[in-house]
Amino acid sequence: MDEEYDVIVLGTGLTECMLSGLLSVEGKKVLHMDREDYYGGASASLNLTQLYKKFRDSPAPESLGRDRDYAVDLIPKFILASGQFTQMLVKTDVTRYLEFKQIAGSYVLRDGKIAKVPSNEREAVTSSLMGFFEKNRARKFFMFLQGWKDDDPSTHQGIDMDKNTMTDIYKKFGLEAGTQDFIGHAMALHLDDSYKTKPAWDTYDRIILYTSSMARYGKSPYIYPMYGLGELPQAFARLSAIYGGTYMLAKPIEKIVTDDEGKFVGVTSEGETVKAKMVIGDPSYFGAGSEEGQDGKIRVVEEKKVVRAICILKHPVPGTDDADSCQIIIPQNQVGRKNDIYIAAVSHAHAVCAPNVYVAIVSTIVETSVPEREILPGLQLLGTIVDNLYTPVSSGQQDNIFITRSYDATTHFETVAEDVADVWERVTASHFLSGHITRTHLLNPTLSCFVP
Amino acid sequence: MADSEAPAKAVQVKLVLLGEAAVGKSSLVLRFVSNDFNENNSPTIGAAFLTQKCRLEDKVIKFEIWDTAGQERFHSLAPMYYRNAAAAVVVYDITKASSLEKAKAWVNELQRQANPNIVIALLDLITDGAVSTTAGVADSQTEAAAAPGAEGADESAQDGQEPLDDVTEAQPETTTTPAAASGESLRQVTREEAEAYAKEAGGLLFFEASAKTGKGVQELFTEIAKNLPIESMMPKTPGAGGAASGTAANRRAAAAQAGNAGSGNKVNLTEGGANKARGGCC
Repeated sequence: MDEEYDVIVLGTGLTECMLSGLLSVEGKKVLHMDREDYYGGASASLNLTQLYKKFRDSPAPESLGRDRDYAVDLIPKFILASGQFTQMLVKTDVTRYLEFKQIAGSYVLRDGKIAKVPSNEREAVTSSLMGFFEKNRARKFFMFLQGWKDDDPSTHQGIDMDKNTMTDIYKKFGLEAGTQDFIGHAMALHLDDSYKTKPAWDTYDRIILYTSSMARYGKSPYIYPMYGLGELPQAFARLSAIYGGTYMLAKPIEKIVTDDEGKFVGVTSEGETVKAKMVIGDPSYFGAGSEEGQDGKIRVVEEKKVVRAICILKHPVPGTDDADSCQIIIPQNQVGRKNDIYIAAVSHAHAVCAPNVYVAIVSTIVETSVPEREILPGLQLLGTIVDNLYTPVSSGQQDNIFITRSYDATTHFETVAEDVADVWERVTASHFLSGHITRTHLLNPTLSCFVP
Repeated sequence: MADSEAPAKAVQVKLVLLGEAAVGKSSLVLRFVSNDFNENNSPTIGAAFLTQKCRLEDKVIKFEIWDTAGQERFHSLAPMYYRNAAAAVVVYDITKASSLEKAKAWVNELQRQANPNIVIALLDLITDGAVSTTAGVADSQTEAAAAPGAEGADESAQDGQEPLDDVTEAQPETTTTPAAASGESLRQVTREEAEAYAKEAGGLLFFEASAKTGKGVQELFTEIAKNLPIESMMPKTPGAGGAASGTAANRRAAAAQAGNAGSGNKVNLTEGGANKARGGCC
């Protein structure tokens, strides 16, 4: 432990593991520590015993089956098949440690009923989400998006995506408010309606990302790792270890040591201080959640709170044709809220629970003082819930202390990919994707408005 | 389906090595995969896993051997490491009593958490002192697998012997006298004690081997191969799984064994462009 490292990484959540993997490959000497004795931090997947210990402080009911069958995600997310996160998986080659499956369906709530999200003009025509005339309008809208060519003004139909807003485009095609809801929230995956008054580019890119992800494997735009999301940080940790990264679990972190100027010096664990040039960590290592912050210094400001309920079901989610997995988005307007409600459901098909068990996680950004009531519209879609583990969760350069973000309420990983890129750029002062991942115009910088 | 691997009769077997840090796990793999030995093997860097083929009657078994990458050093090995492993070699060093205790802990964890049908071998790894062997090491194929140095290993797994002709069952056995007894004077764990444990722990295979001389190494892997439920691990006929690569097919078989009915919907992220990088090396 008396060696000096280039970087100390605290917490083995996905973002941290991705960063330490990438930094190790880059040749940096990395020490990665976690206070827990398991990998994954806030993005771990737990077995039954761990899950009930965490939320109930009691043993798991025997009716749920064997411990080893379970890997329940604490943060529910799916991966967009053509997204930036998938590119990171492929480029870093961690795919050799992981196996992915499709999520069987992507659904959205409209007028009290759930229906599949149509992803192109053909599906728009058959979708039960829209009436006859609206279908035709939606078809034209999708044809416009699919036909768009940057350098061919004849495909622009008078729209300038730098200047015109999404509201302008919705108006042009005469789309109903409910249609706008599923386009903006279930396809473009915006978290609220503020996108409507911004230039249309961002939303265009997101819709194209959704449709190209959809086109990749067919059933839904989402994929999911077998054995749960907890496999992802482990895969990146292995990548880091293979390139010389040192791993220490169950290490209580007592102090982030700084010099007189407040610059990072090292990390104290079990009475020993390890030095490094910089530290990266999740907010919980920097005083998140505590009133006085850390050493009287507030480094983490809590922004929004997310509420999640992990629901254990003995049947598929109603209305999904018995799909083994699905995402359901309840757009804010459909239930009179300011933030969408997300549902992510997976099952035994993904080796995350016992046979005939389904795990659905309902989440949203908290708007009131009774968050458990806010997720009710989501719970109501699930039918009989065997058990419901309710989890209120906090969300949350000069000093060489880099804090990653907490995981947000979205059900996909694009914001994680973005956070990795962001910290990477701050840490290395170099453009993230230059040597690693080819950034396509799908992922233009405006994505940074994407985090709640 | 995986493109050019035409004579793809090989059954893929994920094999993991467990044991206290520095008992010689990497040396063992190096011996098996490339019939080489490196005296001052530095802690493993750079390779995700190594592969080696083994012929068993009419079948070819392709071991995909995973290294701990040092994560066991501070008791921080990720469970993903042994996820879906069809076989595990749990290594201890006869000159270190503590290493047998650690080995027992690993066996325990595997029996609790890993694939229920996993074949576990307890290996008494003889650390050979200064005894020189007359090892007639066939050295023709060492480079491919030896993978120290971060650069060389960035792209994909280091494939030991890809082409089928390189199947190594015919490798010249190192012509050792039982000189491997070198560590004997320092022995802290008796063979009887370990063997008794292997039996009582639920039918573990038990072996002695030396990475330095190569003694017992080939036998170890051959015996593991014989104990695998090969039939249930055979890749399914094309069409059943669509885009499943060999590895994925194996995992599916392993998952099926484990009682996880993992049918359908599997996706291969690297299909298409990204795959080329991988094929290039062999």
